[in-house]
Amino acid sequence: MKLKLRIWRQANADTQGRFQDYNLDHVSADSSFLEMLDLLNEQLIQAGEEPVAFDHDCREGICGMCGVVINGLAHGPARGLTACQLHMRHYKEGDTITIEPWRAAAFPLIKDLVVDRSAFDRIIQAGGYVSVSTGSAPDANAIPIPKKNADLAMDAAACIGCGACVAACPNGSAMLFTAAKVSHLGQLPQGQVERHNRVAAMVRQMDAEGFGGCTNHGECSAVCPKLIPLDVIGQMNRDLIRAVLSR
Amino acid sequence: MSPRTTPWNLDDLHTTAAPLDGRVPAGPIESIWDQHRFHMKLINPANRRKFTIIIVGSGLAGASAAASLGEMGYNVHNFCYQDSPRRAHSVAAQGGINAAKNYRNDGDSIYRLFYDTVKGGDYRSREGNVYRLAQVSNAIIDQCVAQGVPFAREYGGLLDNRSFGGAQVSRTFYARGQTGQQLLLGAYQALARQIHAGSVQMHTRSELLDVVIADGRARGIVTRDMRTGEIQTWAADAVVLATGGYSNAFYLSTNAKGCNVTAAWRAYKRGAYFANPCFTQIHPTCIPPAGEHQSKLTLMSESLRNDGRIWVPRQAGDSRKPHEIPEAERYYYLEEKYPSFGNLVPRDVASRNAKMVVDAGHGVGELRNGVYLDFADAIRRLGEDVIRDRYGNLFDMYESITGENAYKAPMRIYPALHYTMGGLWVDYNLMSNIDGLFVIGEANFSDHGANRLGASALMQGLADGYFVLPYTLGNYLAQAGKSSVDSSHPAFAEVSSEVQDKITRLLAIKGRRTVDEFHRDLGKILWEYCGMGRTAAGLQKALTLIPQLRAEFWEDVRVPGSAADLNQSLEKAGRVADFFEMGELLCLDALHRSESCGGHFREESQTPDGEALRDDAHFSFVSAWQHTGDDALPMLHKEPLEFKYVKLSQRSYK
Amino acid sequence: MQNLQVLSFSRSTIGKKVIMAVTGVIGIGFILVHMYGNLKVFIGPEYFNAYSEELRELGAPIFGHAHALWIMRLILIASVALHVWAATALTIQARKARPDQYAVKRTLEANYASKLMRWGGVVIFVFILYHLMHFTWGNIHPDFIPGEVYHNLVVGFQFLPNVIFYLIAVSLLGLHLYHGGWSMMQTLGILSPRYDQAVRRGAAAFALLMTLGFAVVPLAVLFGVVK
Repeated sequence: MKLKLRIWRQANADTQGRFQDYNLDHVSADSSFLEMLDLLNEQLIQAGEEPVAFDHDCREGICGMCGVVINGLAHGPARGLTACQLHMRHYKEGDTITIEPWRAAAFPLIKDLVVDRSAFDRIIQAGGYVSVSTGSAPDANAIPIPKKNADLAMDAAACIGCGACVAACPNGSAMLFTAAKVSHLGQLPQGQVERHNRVAAMVRQMDAEGFGGCTNHGECSAVCPKLIPLDVIGQMNRDLIRAVLSR
Repeated sequence: MSPRTTPWNLDDLHTTAAPLDGRVPAGPIESIWDQHRFHMKLINPANRRKFTIIIVGSGLAGASAAASLGEMGYNVHNFCYQDSPRRAHSVAAQGGINAAKNYRNDGDSIYRLFYDTVKGGDYRSREGNVYRLAQVSNAIIDQCVAQGVPFAREYGGLLDNRSFGGAQVSRTFYARGQTGQQLLLGAYQALARQIHAGSVQMHTRSELLDVVIADGRARGIVTRDMRTGEIQTWAADAVVLATGGYSNAFYLSTNAKGCNVTAAWRAYKRGAYFANPCFTQIHPTCIPPAGEHQSKLTLMSESLRNDGRIWVPRQAGDSRKPHEIPEAERYYYLEEKYPSFGNLVPRDVASRNAKMVVDAGHGVGELRNGVYLDFADAIRRLGEDVIRDRYGNLFDMYESITGENAYKAPMRIYPALHYTMGGLWVDYNLMSNIDGLFVIGEANFSDHGANRLGASALMQGLADGYFVLPYTLGNYLAQAGKSSVDSSHPAFAEVSSEVQDKITRLLAIKGRRTVDEFHRDLGKILWEYCGMGRTAAGLQKALTLIPQLRAEFWEDVRVPGSAADLNQSLEKAGRVADFFEMGELLCLDALHRSESCGGHFREESQTPDGEALRDDAHFSFVSAWQHTGDDALPMLHKEPLEFKYVKLSQRSYK
Repeated sequence: MQNLQVLSFSRSTIGKKVIMAVTGVIGIGFILVHMYGNLKVFIGPEYFNAYSEELRELGAPIFGHAHALWIMRLILIASVALHVWAATALTIQARKARPDQYAVKRTLEANYASKLMRWGGVVIFVFILYHLMHFTWGNIHPDFIPGEVYHNLVVGFQFLPNVIFYLIAVSLLGLHLYHGGWSMMQTLGILSPRYDQAVRRGAAAFALLMTLGFAVVPLAVLFGVVK
């Protein structure tokens, strides 16, 4: 099929970006969205132009490296899929596709569609873990965990850290990301000891990174490729209030 | 330097006379690791801070090693090419992780896990290493649970297990279909804690471009900051490579796009031995390529074979739709050839048979490049709901990729490259033949022999990182002391200028073809001649074609952009240049090992039933290749393999 | 891990949200009572006027004349001030967090209620001032008689544009209460996923009830039911 692409091009953070239009022909309906970009890049290289930089790695929806806003939606129109899992059969001959990078102050742009998401790492570093050094663990079955809690923990732990939640939030908020980790560890007995300190430290870091607050639109959860539910945010709020009340 | 276009003259192949020593301590296998640890030299906790350790890669092995060494007090630098250590490709492992917990009371033990792993590896691994792997497997599960890894649980709150290929016990722990992700996040969080504590410095979007070795000891590395293009040098007292496998040499594989052999290959070119490169594993249940645009392949859990029936049209070239082909005209080739195991034959057998029927013209799908995996019988027998419950996520994934509904029509599958057992040679301490250069995880060759069992890759990565390397590396540093060399040593300047020259050269070619085109062509050669079935003639052909294509690459590749910013074409070009060299060694090793074993199938060496036929008399050794110059044939070192505990046998699945 | 003490609650985004939620609860309480009081207009002028007078004697004899009322007013004023302050601070922070907008905008879950929280809030705030000037201080009322609440109300709502403004404001208030009511539960973390849909429906029903309850008085005056 033939497509009209409008892609955000920006050499680096210090220069002005702009949209560039491309006409791309011979796109297979069976190719993935990123393979469509590969095809464009191959043609650009052969034409002596610089290819479009975009992040990607596993191309099977689990590493969280890829992510662009496609016609206004983070990761595109299919629910529960990353951009790499989106296939071109979602589009038809002659469609115009606008592709933009994640836009958030806390995700500074590096080049074209590539942004710096290291703020997420720093939120985890602030406390998104159980402090257990190698070798000091008791037997794995020493503490039974109700299946329900293990399942809920897994639901939250499925987060791939792609940043779509921030990209889709009109406030550039990282609440869903942060809450997913708070909720994952908060469901488990292993996470209880540091539960209050964890939530306080992570929220503090989240704010320090310049993410916005939550206004409960639910856009984050709607674009989340792992369908992390919105109620993890409620749980994080509750944990933080309890942490503050009990200090 | 003009690249060589002619193939190696194999008559020049030289094998060193002295056997290579794996340095497995003597003694009964149950106690050698304990004894060895007891004899190790220790470093006072207060002094550990003075030792700098570089760890390249942040997958299960790299992240767990960096976290553990950081906790112990070493000054650790961890590098990864991704934007976050959480993205390393370990994240994509679906199935699970083995451990000899025997929670099922089904007769499992450390000894049985050890035995199964050596046997599954078709007797091409080192007994001492594998036994240790089985020994520490239990501590891995404990560690991960304590970190908050949400393993699947039963209603009683205790850990659930599933069974996996190659074992008759249920010893696989899992977290839905995302075990690799959850284990990696556990290690990543442990790493994050150390980064916060300041004991580990993380360098993301940093790619290793070379290793610095001076006076016989690894001294550091040279990296490129992928954002700015800056070439940086890093000196350390020890260097650990945890950089994964080389499946991407084949272009199409289940590996992430960024996975590459550069770190291992650079170390090889600086003197480290590369062991058993021809031991590659092919996974039978992947989604077949849909066309030239295909950039990678997606694996679907092998568990599908429990309920799906594999078939192709009996008539070659039959282009009818699957439901139009009557039962009598369907060829259930696995069920017919292997009546007792049927569709559940091991990975390599299933893969090879798929290739045979496709090569014979029975392939299905528009490109005739797959076989059917049909659930119609299972749906009739169990109902669609049961199938949805068991495999719903896989069916969804299949539909999102192919646009086909596998509840209505059979899936199409085909094998794909997915793991490499070969890697840099290491001794029992996971140290390469170069002092201070350690290699862990998939990047080393050590534990899986010629074939890796399902759910063992995660086990090995974490065993190396959490429970082996932290000891053996400390022992090394205690004896070798601090490196007397810092990054002002001329070796650093020399290596870094070589790195710079290579980049300049790649950018200056300004040819006509893109890096991906070359990579795709290389992949086709390797897949055709060094894929599932290998012959001497085919491998010789590959050894002729690769140097030619490589020379063309160096004359005609087009790498746009500059070296001074984010340049993904340049990154790829460097990696593909190394795949070109590595691919040649891969074929050489495959040609040299004229037996079949595990994932390495030489068509000349098979049983009358078409099974892989080992030649223990001639090939019971590890092939460790030493680089001797860009044009010269590598030198072969042999590490003999002795089996004192495991009885060698021929596999049969009839 | 950092100590808990370093987190300044009111400076954190979630802390501000909690302030909004708590002050919102106070606001909802006031609105509920206010609407209930309004509906007394249907009983008749004497009753209505007496009600407004007796409000000042609330809490007697423990509280003196208008004391309780003033305590409530102060709490209310403080709540509104904090609510507006937190909303403003969060809005400024959100603008900073998302300085560049997308060229193509699409939303999946956001609705009018959630999108109108900020501007709706501003309109409601302006309306409150207008409403005070209209019926409490009377400085923009055409024929304001202190103490004659019924009279002031009937006269005030005979002017059509005024009624329209009131209707717009209470509609926005309804939307604000709908999203705010549900949001408040989420912010305070008292929302269990199991009751999520019920809470949303409850918030919608409450918001609708409030809107109708407030809208019925001006409409009744306009159409001559109350005169």
